[in-house]
Amino acid sequence: MSGRESILGAIRQGLGRGALGTAEKDALEDRIAGHARGIRPSRIDTADLKQMFVDYAAKVDVTVDRVASLDDVPDKVADYLAQENLPAELRVAPDPALDTVPWDKRPTLTVSKGASDGTHEVGLTAAFAGIAETGTLMMKSGPAHPTTLNFLPDTHLVVLRASQIVGSYEDAWDRLRAGEAMPRTVNFITGPSRTGDIEQTIFLGAHGPRRMHIVLVEDD
Amino acid sequence: MSESRPHVGLFVTCLVDLFRPSVGFAAVALLERAGCNVAVPAAQTCCGQPAFNSGDRADARAIAAQVIEAFDGFDYIVAPSGSCSGMLSKHYPELFADDPAMRARAEAFAARTHELISFLVDIRGMDAVEAHYDGRVAYHDSCSSLREMKVRAQPRALLDTVAGLAREELAFSETCCGFGGTFCVKYPDISNKMVGDKCDDIAATGADTVLAGDMGCLMNIAGKLKRRGSAIQARHVAEVLAGMTDTPAIGEPEG
Amino acid sequence: MQESRTRNFIGNAREALDDGNLQQALDKMKSGFVERRLEARARLPEFDDIRDQAREIKNHTLANLDYYLERFERKVTEEGGQVHWCATPEDARQAILKICRDLDAKTVTKGKSMIGEEIGLNDFFEENGIEPIETDLGEYIIQLRREAPSHIIAPAIHVLKHQVAEAFYETHDQFDPDRPLEEPRALLDEAREVLRQKFIDADVGITGANFLIAETGTSVIVTNEGNGDLTQTIPKAHVVIASLEKVVPTLEDATTISRVLARSATGQEYSVYTTFSTGPRRPEDPDGPEQYHVILLDNGRSKMVGSEYQEMLRCIRCGACLNHCPVYGSIGGHAYGWVYPGPMGSVLTPSLIGVDEAGHLPNASSFCGRCEEVCPMRIPLPKMMRHLREREFDGKTGPATMRTGIKMWAFYAKRPWLYHALAKLKFRVLGAFGRRKGRFRRLPGGAGWTAHRDFPAPQAGGTFQAQWSARGGKRSVDA
Repeated sequence: MSGRESILGAIRQGLGRGALGTAEKDALEDRIAGHARGIRPSRIDTADLKQMFVDYAAKVDVTVDRVASLDDVPDKVADYLAQENLPAELRVAPDPALDTVPWDKRPTLTVSKGASDGTHEVGLTAAFAGIAETGTLMMKSGPAHPTTLNFLPDTHLVVLRASQIVGSYEDAWDRLRAGEAMPRTVNFITGPSRTGDIEQTIFLGAHGPRRMHIVLVEDD
Repeated sequence: MSESRPHVGLFVTCLVDLFRPSVGFAAVALLERAGCNVAVPAAQTCCGQPAFNSGDRADARAIAAQVIEAFDGFDYIVAPSGSCSGMLSKHYPELFADDPAMRARAEAFAARTHELISFLVDIRGMDAVEAHYDGRVAYHDSCSSLREMKVRAQPRALLDTVAGLAREELAFSETCCGFGGTFCVKYPDISNKMVGDKCDDIAATGADTVLAGDMGCLMNIAGKLKRRGSAIQARHVAEVLAGMTDTPAIGEPEG
Repeated sequence: MQESRTRNFIGNAREALDDGNLQQALDKMKSGFVERRLEARARLPEFDDIRDQAREIKNHTLANLDYYLERFERKVTEEGGQVHWCATPEDARQAILKICRDLDAKTVTKGKSMIGEEIGLNDFFEENGIEPIETDLGEYIIQLRREAPSHIIAPAIHVLKHQVAEAFYETHDQFDPDRPLEEPRALLDEAREVLRQKFIDADVGITGANFLIAETGTSVIVTNEGNGDLTQTIPKAHVVIASLEKVVPTLEDATTISRVLARSATGQEYSVYTTFSTGPRRPEDPDGPEQYHVILLDNGRSKMVGSEYQEMLRCIRCGACLNHCPVYGSIGGHAYGWVYPGPMGSVLTPSLIGVDEAGHLPNASSFCGRCEEVCPMRIPLPKMMRHLREREFDGKTGPATMRTGIKMWAFYAKRPWLYHALAKLKFRVLGAFGRRKGRFRRLPGGAGWTAHRDFPAPQAGGTFQAQWSARGGKRSVDA
């Protein structure tokens, strides 16, 4: 007997029944299709999810700049890098959503596009959603969104539009399902990488980014 | 308080019966002051926890049935112990899971069962005692009082009405003292570490007296304090609330 | 399967209590986790209601476990991945080895996985000429020290920073031997530098899973460091090793449970990285693994379904029961002798490796009940430890003296008149002996108690029952 059959057999024996019948399977499929939500934090019942997102992100060591449009992104990025004493070289996701960013406004910035092989110090990606309940970013993989850019560069810059901010993780799932199929990777990211593995003291920058900065485009 | 005097059966507990009868008398005094008629059924020995927690379910069941029978007809069953009242009210019903008639009796019995101090405050509405105790005391929460019987605020509230008494809070007050019934003799080294930490926390409060609602914890803590040569006294909280502290503290010599 | 040292629990505990470094490390965890969990709970008023829902989700899943596993497999296959059903640790090791051999793998990076520990994967890799590299900082530290994890979410919690430095000086011979490594930051930066190259060079990346999602065929990891993501994104193959109770029906179900996971574990609102992986990289993707495998391990869990221990399969490995356990806090994780320490281990280990082997674990609890109180999945851990004690008592596998003692005591406890008559006599004698000092330093047969504590003597005047009946009973004590 294969591992599969012996395992399923033992489970069914424990449950005291055979394989489920059609009606029972249909009921389980209905439950799945229903995507029923559990209790969500009541704190998301607020008029200002944008402020909640910014507040919770700040609690996990994320800094946020607010700008009026994508046109302002190069200035904020260049200023941030200067202020943090970081090189003015950016690896940018090949994302159509970022195509209209006028990088040439700040000629000191060197911009290249594509995934990361670990040689880039600063990466910039666009988020799929911002989740207010914990200040979490939702990123999905795809041709325009290399996953390596979320993890390899020391500094992770993220462009998030205010219209992408939702209250809960479930709201973000609904937005994802409204689009194409499930991507290979969905990352929920809540702040820069950290560890408490040495004597329980928290340090940022374990293996992923040491710092995270969000440029919030207020398109709402 | 209600007009009629409820009939309370005192579940003495084996440790009070054998080691510290003064706690039983203090409990009776407090219950009477709270307007209860108190009786002590003679057909009680122990709640059965040693058997229950050692995996001896058959004996635990037999003892439970005996206790339920002995306390038939009382309005309330009250024990000066979170551990024993927890056994009576939380675990007796599960012992009879496969016996619907006994299960129903056990559940009715459980519903009438209370830990002493929470009974006085929550059921009898007691909000102050007339007692005097000169000392700084730290109250230790026994695990079963705290978690099974939800006793936390009640003893503190009553202690705060005792004249002359200053109360200190223990650090790590929710941590077990290491008694655990047979645990303390089966795993003495681990138990010793736990009671040692507890005694450190007690000493750190600067209190001269440690109080608790369970004799198991108290014998463990007192035993460790005395072995260390500490002058801190250990007593059951009921003795202080009843103003009956003329007996030597736990583990202290007579007169 | 990982070898067990559980039979020697008492000796292990003694060693742990005498280990100064360990005691210093354990002291540091007395308040941190506990306080942070309390704060996180206070910030989410719905916390306890979400726990109830999380429990119901797992109960529903376990009642239909066969269906959800098959559905999970179907979705993984549709997405271009492969599920390997493994009844035993050996099946799992062989399936993993085959994947590695097919890719001619030399090095394998690993994210933190308790299943990896359960199947003894690192030793197996080394025996087969493949280099396993733990990438979680804590796991990396203990791999260098050739130790097992002592905590399910903080594997190196027993290690002090100077011990980390010793391990780094010894292993990282590419660096200046006189470099300063006193500060945790320096240690972290060094590990980051060393491991960064390992991530890039690895042929296969192995992670565990916090959830498997039947709806989408997705595996989920919840981490803080980002090592799991680098482990699974860069190599040619991503191998997920997970036990079968990790499956839940939908993304929403995983989301609900995730709301209580980090809050219970570390007191964070949410872990830094919650990553949902579905199949291998898509043809147009610029990065990601080319292969995606799920090693689905049973190792005795299917037999827990429908048993008294089924509820243990709700466990989400948050570690809250360890963080709040006074026994764990006294002896740390290694003394438990197998993969899973603390209260969850005291139930799971006997279920997986047998009550004969692990009989000590369910006994070594004071039943303080704190584990059940903090368990986000509301697993009745003390009740299940008691069940295990019953199995031991009924099977007569426990220590005979304890059994005889309990039986003898119960004989009297069931006969109140005999009990009281004897108690009256015996305690009068004991009381008379102990009165002068108020306590005993030694008692015949009582070494378990008196090795460390005095034994308080009974009060003068006989038992309560004797005094009560002498007073005629039912008479007011105030009068």
